[in-house]
Amino acid sequence: MSGLGATEDTGIRVRPSGRNTMPASVIVDSISKIIGNFFEWFGDLGIFFWQVVRAAVTPPYEWRELMRQLDEIGSKSFPLVALAGAAIGVVISLEARYSLSRFGAKSLFPSTLVYSVIEVMGPIITGLVVSGRVGAGIGAELASMKVTEQIDAIEASAINPYRLLAATRIVACMAMLPLLTISADVCALLTGWFAQALVEPLSFHQFIESGFHGATFNAFFPPTFKTVVYGLIIGLVACFQGMRTKGGAEGVGRAATNSVVLASLFLILADVVLVKFILVVFP
Amino acid sequence: MATTTDISTTPTGTEGDNSTPAVAVKNVHKTFGIHKVLNGISLSVGQGETLAVLGRSGTGKSVLLRLIIGLSQPDSGSIHIQGQNISGLSVDQLGAVRTKMGFLFQHAALYDSLTVAENVAFPLEHHRREMSKSERTDRIQGLLAEVGMGGSLDKMPSDISGGMQKRVGLARALALDPEILLLDEPTAGLDPISSREIDELILKLQREHRMASIVVTHDLFSAKTISNRLALLDQGNVVVEGTFEDLQQCDIQFVRDFLKHS
Ligand SMILES: Nc1ncnc2c1ncn2[C@@H]1O[C@H](COP(=O)(O)OP(=O)(O)OP(=O)(O)O)[C@@H](O)[C@H]1O
Ligand SMILES: [Mg+2]
Repeated sequence: MSGLGATEDTGIRVRPSGRNTMPASVIVDSISKIIGNFFEWFGDLGIFFWQVVRAAVTPPYEWRELMRQLDEIGSKSFPLVALAGAAIGVVISLEARYSLSRFGAKSLFPSTLVYSVIEVMGPIITGLVVSGRVGAGIGAELASMKVTEQIDAIEASAINPYRLLAATRIVACMAMLPLLTISADVCALLTGWFAQALVEPLSFHQFIESGFHGATFNAFFPPTFKTVVYGLIIGLVACFQGMRTKGGAEGVGRAATNSVVLASLFLILADVVLVKFILVVFP
Repeated sequence: MATTTDISTTPTGTEGDNSTPAVAVKNVHKTFGIHKVLNGISLSVGQGETLAVLGRSGTGKSVLLRLIIGLSQPDSGSIHIQGQNISGLSVDQLGAVRTKMGFLFQHAALYDSLTVAENVAFPLEHHRREMSKSERTDRIQGLLAEVGMGGSLDKMPSDISGGMQKRVGLARALALDPEILLLDEPTAGLDPISSREIDELILKLQREHRMASIVVTHDLFSAKTISNRLALLDQGNVVVEGTFEDLQQCDIQFVRDFLKHS
């Protein structure tokens, strides 16, 4: 650590000319390097995406691998997503009862719960859980295939790894996220209702009836199906990080971590845009 | 070794052979960062010929093989497969060239989520879709038996030894009946008996299918047995090329040292 500091120090002071401007230019240099890396990363991601799309739309289609990934991503994430949904349902239920009764609006409980689960919490919680579970899984799997030359072996067998590995995983993520979101929603509504029913008698039928009263297509459909975009982000970032990995076991770990961190971050950023977009397009 | 006689044995190889070489590497340079690995290397291998590539660790033998199958691109120079320059090819065209080639990776690179049999089946499933299931099973069993792995069809790669993985990798490389075989140390990590069996197999393929092979090896005995010609690499270029006898008679100090210590 101290060694690194020392070399940086000498790097700054050793040149005789421009003593005052050097530190500033070093900072500018490193900032521009970070920005440069960032744009380079985005550029590479764009190229990667284009290659995947091109491979995905031309035959031969990898149906078998796609089925395997649908199963893998769907069934492996389901328990976690259901559990997260169930927990969120209880939390929203408790919070809603507390705040609604303070304002004397207890009768609004069912619709409050339904809206917060389906419009807000269900999609984002599912997205984050899947990005943790599946993002890390894909990132690590592809990274370890990369560093052990398995991806090269696929290529050497005249098989397009973008088609076989990346396209199938990305499509499977996109297809599975809405389904997983719906299961998270269902679990959350069940536990949310149950937590409320423990305190005050409320039949499930009643709860659903008043919760979904006056609900429109625009209220529920877009928030659930915007998660296709989450799926795209998770699959794309994880495949990209995995397939560009360098440097042994350490690289594999880094790819897994970066997949999760970047996918979660972009997912939340994308949500800002998506929410605004949905409000404008489906008023 | 009777096969050596019908092949031109001049040190540079190609002259006298007027048919297109199976593989021709022309003046190829490859640099990683500041590290110059290949430095204007030229090689060629005719149809039905086996070239053994020797050289110290880190001289770029594996890099050379990866360039030949297009897994990475040369900085300058060109690579021709059966007369076709592979550097300007589209993905599909390159794929067509690759189906004619079998590649054994230095560390086997078996698919670790698939069994031994599925590994060998993999290229068949993608490129021989017309094959019936029973035909495919027969083919897989035949290939694995040929490399001495007939008894481990359902094992996972992680459950077999490095030498066994190597042999499965060889079976996978042979799955599509390649015309050109690129082997990165096929006998490394194998016992002497298995090594000789692999040598026999390579000789047989060469005899029966007129397969062109480039075999990277540290096993001088194997190189002598299977190859028509040997090329010794150092510092990213060919130091000497010719028959085993040519190498023995060479008086470059590096060649003498290399042979003395092998
Ligand atoms: N992708 C890469 N990035 C950076 N350097 C590389 C890369 N691939 C190979 N090299 C470097 O190229 C040099 C040659 O490597 P190569 O694997 O071809 O050696 P080799 O002759 O096959 O050695 P060995 O007999 O040990 O297998 C090495 O110094 C290696 O560090
Ligand atoms: Mg090597």
